[in-house]
Amino acid sequence: MLHIKCPHCGMRSQNEFSYGGDASIKRPELNKEISDEEWDNFVYNRKSLRGKHLELWQHLSGCRQWIKVERDTATHEIFNTYKADEEIF
Amino acid sequence: MTQKFRIENGGLINRDKKLSFKFNGKTYYGYEGDTLASALIANGVHLVGRSFKYHRPRGFFGAGVDEPYAIVQLYRNNETEPNIKATEQELFEGLEAKSVNCWPSVNFDIGAINNFLKIFLPAGFYYKTFMWPKSFWYRVYEPFIRKAAGLGVASTKHDKERYEHKYEYCDLLIAGSGPSGLASAYAAAKNGARVILAEDKPRFGGSLLTSDVNIGNQSGEDWANSIISELKEMPNVVVKNRSQVFGYYDHNMLVMSEKVSDHLPKTKKYHPKQRLWYIRAKEVLISSGSIERPLVFGNNDTPGVMLSSAAKEYLKVYGVLVGKNPLVFTNNDSGYETAIEFKKNGINPIILDSRVNPQSEIIDEAINLGIKIKFSHVVVAAQGYKKVSSADIAKISDDKKQLGTIENIKCDCICVSGFWTPTIHLASQSGNKTKFKEEIDAFVPGTSKQNETTLGAANGIFTLEETLKDSFMAGQDLSKKITNNDNKIPFPNVVEKKSSQHEKFWCVPLPKGKSYKRFLDFQNDVAVSDVEIALKEGYRSIEHVKRYTTLGMATDQGKTSNLNGLQLVSEIENKVVPAVGHTTFRPPYTPISIGAIVGREVGKHSKPTRKSPMHLWHEKNNAVFVDAGVWLRPRYYRQGSETLFEASKREAKNVRTNVGVCDVTTLGKIDIKGPDAAELLNRVYTNAWLKLPVGKARYGVMLREDGIVMDDGTTTRISENHYHMTTTTAQAANVLSHLEYYLQLVWPELNVNVVSTTEQWAGAAIAGPKSRKLLEKLFPNNDVSNEGLPFMGYMESDLFGVKARIFRISFSGELAYEVNVESDNGHFMWEKIIELGQEFQVQPYGTEALSTLRIEMGHVAGSELDGRTISYDTSLEGLISKKKDFIGKRSLNREAFTSSDRQKIVGVVPLDKKTSIPEGSHLVKDAKAPLPNKKLGHISASCWSVEHDNPFSLAILKNGKNMIGEKLFVMSPLKNKIIPVEIVSSHYVDPKGERVRS
Repeated sequence: MLHIKCPHCGMRSQNEFSYGGDASIKRPELNKEISDEEWDNFVYNRKSLRGKHLELWQHLSGCRQWIKVERDTATHEIFNTYKADEEIF
Repeated sequence: MTQKFRIENGGLINRDKKLSFKFNGKTYYGYEGDTLASALIANGVHLVGRSFKYHRPRGFFGAGVDEPYAIVQLYRNNETEPNIKATEQELFEGLEAKSVNCWPSVNFDIGAINNFLKIFLPAGFYYKTFMWPKSFWYRVYEPFIRKAAGLGVASTKHDKERYEHKYEYCDLLIAGSGPSGLASAYAAAKNGARVILAEDKPRFGGSLLTSDVNIGNQSGEDWANSIISELKEMPNVVVKNRSQVFGYYDHNMLVMSEKVSDHLPKTKKYHPKQRLWYIRAKEVLISSGSIERPLVFGNNDTPGVMLSSAAKEYLKVYGVLVGKNPLVFTNNDSGYETAIEFKKNGINPIILDSRVNPQSEIIDEAINLGIKIKFSHVVVAAQGYKKVSSADIAKISDDKKQLGTIENIKCDCICVSGFWTPTIHLASQSGNKTKFKEEIDAFVPGTSKQNETTLGAANGIFTLEETLKDSFMAGQDLSKKITNNDNKIPFPNVVEKKSSQHEKFWCVPLPKGKSYKRFLDFQNDVAVSDVEIALKEGYRSIEHVKRYTTLGMATDQGKTSNLNGLQLVSEIENKVVPAVGHTTFRPPYTPISIGAIVGREVGKHSKPTRKSPMHLWHEKNNAVFVDAGVWLRPRYYRQGSETLFEASKREAKNVRTNVGVCDVTTLGKIDIKGPDAAELLNRVYTNAWLKLPVGKARYGVMLREDGIVMDDGTTTRISENHYHMTTTTAQAANVLSHLEYYLQLVWPELNVNVVSTTEQWAGAAIAGPKSRKLLEKLFPNNDVSNEGLPFMGYMESDLFGVKARIFRISFSGELAYEVNVESDNGHFMWEKIIELGQEFQVQPYGTEALSTLRIEMGHVAGSELDGRTISYDTSLEGLISKKKDFIGKRSLNREAFTSSDRQKIVGVVPLDKKTSIPEGSHLVKDAKAPLPNKKLGHISASCWSVEHDNPFSLAILKNGKNMIGEKLFVMSPLKNKIIPVEIVSSHYVDPKGERVRS
């Protein structure tokens, strides 16, 4: 079971969280004309990365905040976690 | 029955406490501190089971976790448990056990005929033999295999035992209490670290209990005892015996199974049988020791052939002789230690050493004791069927290829030692890529992947002094990092005998003209010849060989067989062992009971049960409950001997003619506040929300980004910046997460807060033509007329002193209201409604009537909003705003969503107006068409229409829009039904929606 550092609450077990997928995906702005391809990329197309992956988790049984987790998909190593609005360099 | 193989003195058992037990119906005696295995051996019992495939007689091979054979069915306190290792099960008064995998008895086993048919049961026999003819599989092969396979019988009774889960954090978790575990635990504890020391056996000390060593002028055993007693006194240390760390998972989480009560005749009151520990450790020290490796020779599975370390353990720990005329067969010095122990107890062993002329302190001691030793000699085959009676031995050439003249010598046991295999399971599970260590012919852990360090024999270090030095240092260094303390522990003086190098020899060649089975895997009956066949047939990867031959599988997981299997493959393939590689070690290290995994989460505790504040009333009024997610909801209220069908019809009819009341507390409720609340709703729902006035409710549908309907419900504007959203019972949690996702990540600029209030409000739906009259009684001070509280209106009121919210919304299609009060007042509200509703013939109605009402009205619910339908399919496309954007809108112009014959909701009525239509049935054009008959749609929900008094169903039908009036067939292969039906509008009752507005 992973041990995830919630930036709001501290180290917590994985079973307090739910997974939310790729954190690098940006929702297209509302009312903006976009191509089918752009929309498909937003809704469906995801990379199945091996290695470092920035992903969303929600601290469901905790503070209910959505957070960003930088995790290695092959080794499960977690490099860093961020608040939803934190800048990531 | 006397214990004729028990020596007079010695051992760590309690001879003052004699225990009686039964094995295969016969009564025996042993002592407190025995295992079932040691007690049976003390009584001269060596036949304990039959092997898995050939049903060959099985005895004891090891003395603990390494045991591949002696698996029994245990009977304890009127319960039975399979898969118990006799070598691990501690003896208690009244213990009962039986052999498994034999019928009718272990002495006369009919399945043993397989032993004579073994040429027909080669490697991969499951795959080859049972393939043809195909029709034989169900009728002949499968029943046969099911009867033959398996190691015991699972109880079908409810397990009354209690199993606990415990979550623990520590600085150092140390798995194994042998010399390395004790030394590292001691050093770390002295530095103030929080330490958990786990030992899977009842006694601490590991190899110190059986080896002839001296530490700090104490015997190994005394030293172990003094360390343990000191550790037990320390507040920062948890010392646990009967506790096996069986799995190493991510982020240094390990799981340990503690057998709290398995060694007792009965679990004590308030105690669990077993406890599962989830331990998150900062550092993990693996001191799991090593397992002796067998030597491979003819009939090496005969009862009486066992590991030499096991023979020594039976003698030193239990005071039991595994034989009185032992033969020791070894390729290293460990066999000598066993022989010396025999000799010290007045037994005369013979040692066969495959080596030419080894020299060491231990060998000298054996020679000085007058033990007969034959160098360059091997056991060619064991003789005897149910027990070893003699051995064929021979001289072996220096290249280990040629055997000399075969000689038969009498013996009653053969103790084998093929050197030691480090127990690397935990290290491997942590992700450590193991490496092959030539000097010991075995794998050891490589570079650590997680925070794990492997010590002592588990790390391939077999001298005590080096082990202790490394372990003191590791305990000290690792704890220093955590606690910043640096207490140096004086290193004790160690006395041990020096050993000579083992020989890289493991398998005795077959003598000319003999075809003895030489077993590699004792639990799964895998012999040298099976692996040879697998390789001949082209299996190369060790993982494939494993699966084809079953080498290293099942509960044993190759503890004794792995390396010999690898050696064989590497020899035939002409590769070195590291190139062959080993199969993956998977948790658990040994089987753990399902009960321990499940813990307390069984039966009604498997999930929380949510009850509405009116639950007690429902119970008192004969409600029959149904699970709705984790909620318990009244399905119907039984009157007299009514059936579900009769009751739900009565309840639904009463709503249509008088008034009914339904507990709707379970609906998801989300409180939404903030200046941008309307904007959020406008983006989440498909219809327009910016102009909803205060005091009005609106029905809304929300989509996922892929255009599929996610949920529906009404949202009411309570005040300027305050909304009350309702969701379906099932989607309540998902909708809240969905809103939080958009507010926190996508549109953080929206100034809105959302919070679940599902449990804060109790809800009652009051529905039926007389509902307004009832409402007038409930709220005499309010104007609840059609003008005062119109359809989709909202007002706040006072229910006899209790704050109430009244929503004029309807799921039943009748004139209806939903009243919400704070949960604590729910019961009061409900009783008032029932009391004041008497004159209007009010009746409570359950979920079954609720479904009937919504189905015949054509209102969609979870069975239509099933994660595959879009607004159009459920006739909700009228709620799609063309003027604004919302979640999922961009997906709606997908080709499939806009096709002209897109599926749509319809009503379905059987032509005979009698036959009920099973939910989930398919709609087809032609009932007699050849299979596969093309499916046009499916029945999503069925009811008995109380309005029309005939069956009615909703269906999602291809081109449904143009199918009204068509005659189709409903097919349910499950129920074996074909029903001719007519397609009608989904609005079967009040299609214009006049009642809700009346």
